[in-house]
Amino acid sequence: MKPTRIDRVLLTEWIVNCAQKMKVHRDWLTALDAAIGDADHGVNMERGFDEVGARLAGYGGEECGALCKLVGMTLLAKVGGASGPLYGTFFLRMGLVAAGKQQLTESEFAAAFAGGVDGIRQRGSARPGDKTMVDALLPAALALQQALDNYHPLCAALRSAAAAAETGMLATISMQASKGRASYLGPRSVGHQDPGATSAWLLVLSAAEVVCLAAAPGLLFQQDEQREEAEG
Amino acid sequence: MKKLINAPADVVAEAMQGLARAHPALVRVHFAPLYVVRADAPRPGKVAVLSGGGSGHEPLHSGFVGRGMLDAACPGSVFTAPTPDQIYAAARAVDGGAGVLFIVKNYTGDVLNFDLAAELCQAEGIPVGRVLIQDDVAVRAQEGTAGRRGVGTTVLAEKICGAAAESGLSLPELVELGEKVSRQGRSMGVAVSPCVVPTVGRPTFLLGDTEMELGVGIHGEPGRERAALRCADAVTEMLAAHILEDLPFRSGSQILALVNGMGGTPLLELYIVYRSLAELCDARGIVVCRNLIGNYVTALEMAGCSITLLEVDAELLHWWDAPVHTPALRW
Repeated sequence: MKPTRIDRVLLTEWIVNCAQKMKVHRDWLTALDAAIGDADHGVNMERGFDEVGARLAGYGGEECGALCKLVGMTLLAKVGGASGPLYGTFFLRMGLVAAGKQQLTESEFAAAFAGGVDGIRQRGSARPGDKTMVDALLPAALALQQALDNYHPLCAALRSAAAAAETGMLATISMQASKGRASYLGPRSVGHQDPGATSAWLLVLSAAEVVCLAAAPGLLFQQDEQREEAEG
Repeated sequence: MKKLINAPADVVAEAMQGLARAHPALVRVHFAPLYVVRADAPRPGKVAVLSGGGSGHEPLHSGFVGRGMLDAACPGSVFTAPTPDQIYAAARAVDGGAGVLFIVKNYTGDVLNFDLAAELCQAEGIPVGRVLIQDDVAVRAQEGTAGRRGVGTTVLAEKICGAAAESGLSLPELVELGEKVSRQGRSMGVAVSPCVVPTVGRPTFLLGDTEMELGVGIHGEPGRERAALRCADAVTEMLAAHILEDLPFRSGSQILALVNGMGGTPLLELYIVYRSLAELCDARGIVVCRNLIGNYVTALEMAGCSITLLEVDAELLHWWDAPVHTPALRW
């Protein structure tokens, strides 16, 4: 199977898929936020990713770095609250790693993803266990890199990353928040799933879905080739 | 929800249109991105003082734009921090070549958005200084939280830094002055009824008829305790006790006292609170040199109040007494 190349088309599909997830799960994200925050996470994420989708629809550039920067700047301006700067920083940092490239190799994509996660950690100065999006994203970045190091294809590696993000997201339920507005609740924040970790899981899940979908026709094609070879 | 509004999504923009119509000699309002600047901005050679935050706390911050106070204010959506592009655009509009001072309330969203805006400004060669206000004693220090919230001391820092900037202090001097105000100011609030965010339509929290939330935040965040509502003297004493012991304010301390309404409490009641506070300070030998009583940092229609005490000296009093001319504060 050929390695997956990440280009403008795939990055755009990722964002569009993610925007759909934010829309579908808007009320869930908002309900999670209502329990320990200020009840606007779903609405903010939907608004931000809708705007990104609209801007990407009319975007003709081929360079991955500029595309990531456009996504980041749009999220910065449209999401608001704390999530806007954090998700904005994620894509701006991805853009730095992807700068000047029309296609990203699998390991370049993993490096860009890890750079984005680093950016979020620095921006919010959150550590693992603080009950934030870092608790989903950091395990995802580690799982992604580890799977690639073990020669798994990107599709499988991103599925591992999404599974790690989901585990991390669920682990936030038992954590006491020490960052963000939820931290003011102290022990009362325990027992609630972090809304930021939840939207972060959706972001990773979207990447896994679009990359696996893109890889699937390749798989079929490969099988066809093998069949032709066998028949030939 | 009973409010005098049109569409819930339009409240901030329409209120800012009203502000612009009401005070054309004092402020100009820029839409998309939204920010308010003083009418004569930018002032060449003067450090610009900029603040901002979620809307719903009026007159903070847009009502304090004008001579001797803020050069710019960036209103976010109700209870939501303004965005970096908005803050950056405002900073560019008011920078007179001497840099921009950001006065930021300590909330995660505000801090992140102002930090990003500062990076955007610095990339353009605009020097930025930041003063972080974190004066809410209801949040105990060092208990694994995002830190103390910024409340009433913000108004005092905006007035004092604004006056000093008007007199030509440099950016590093203003940062130092603002940090002094931040270090010496302490606040705590109480809510007796909640507020309703227009786009949500329901109260942000529920309080029984005989309950109060002691230590409430200006977005209705829970405080130190939910307690039975008591008379004004008793509530004032509870708030003052937490504030006084925190700095601590001692016998002989000179202070500025702010009794601030949360939006739904009449001035009549605020003066009752001030009476109690003044008597309490007298009894402890604390000298109230200046006071400010009214609605300055509100939480929509929340009923309740907050008390802010700032330890002052000749320097802070000098800047406090300097002339100010804004929509909501002038002398």
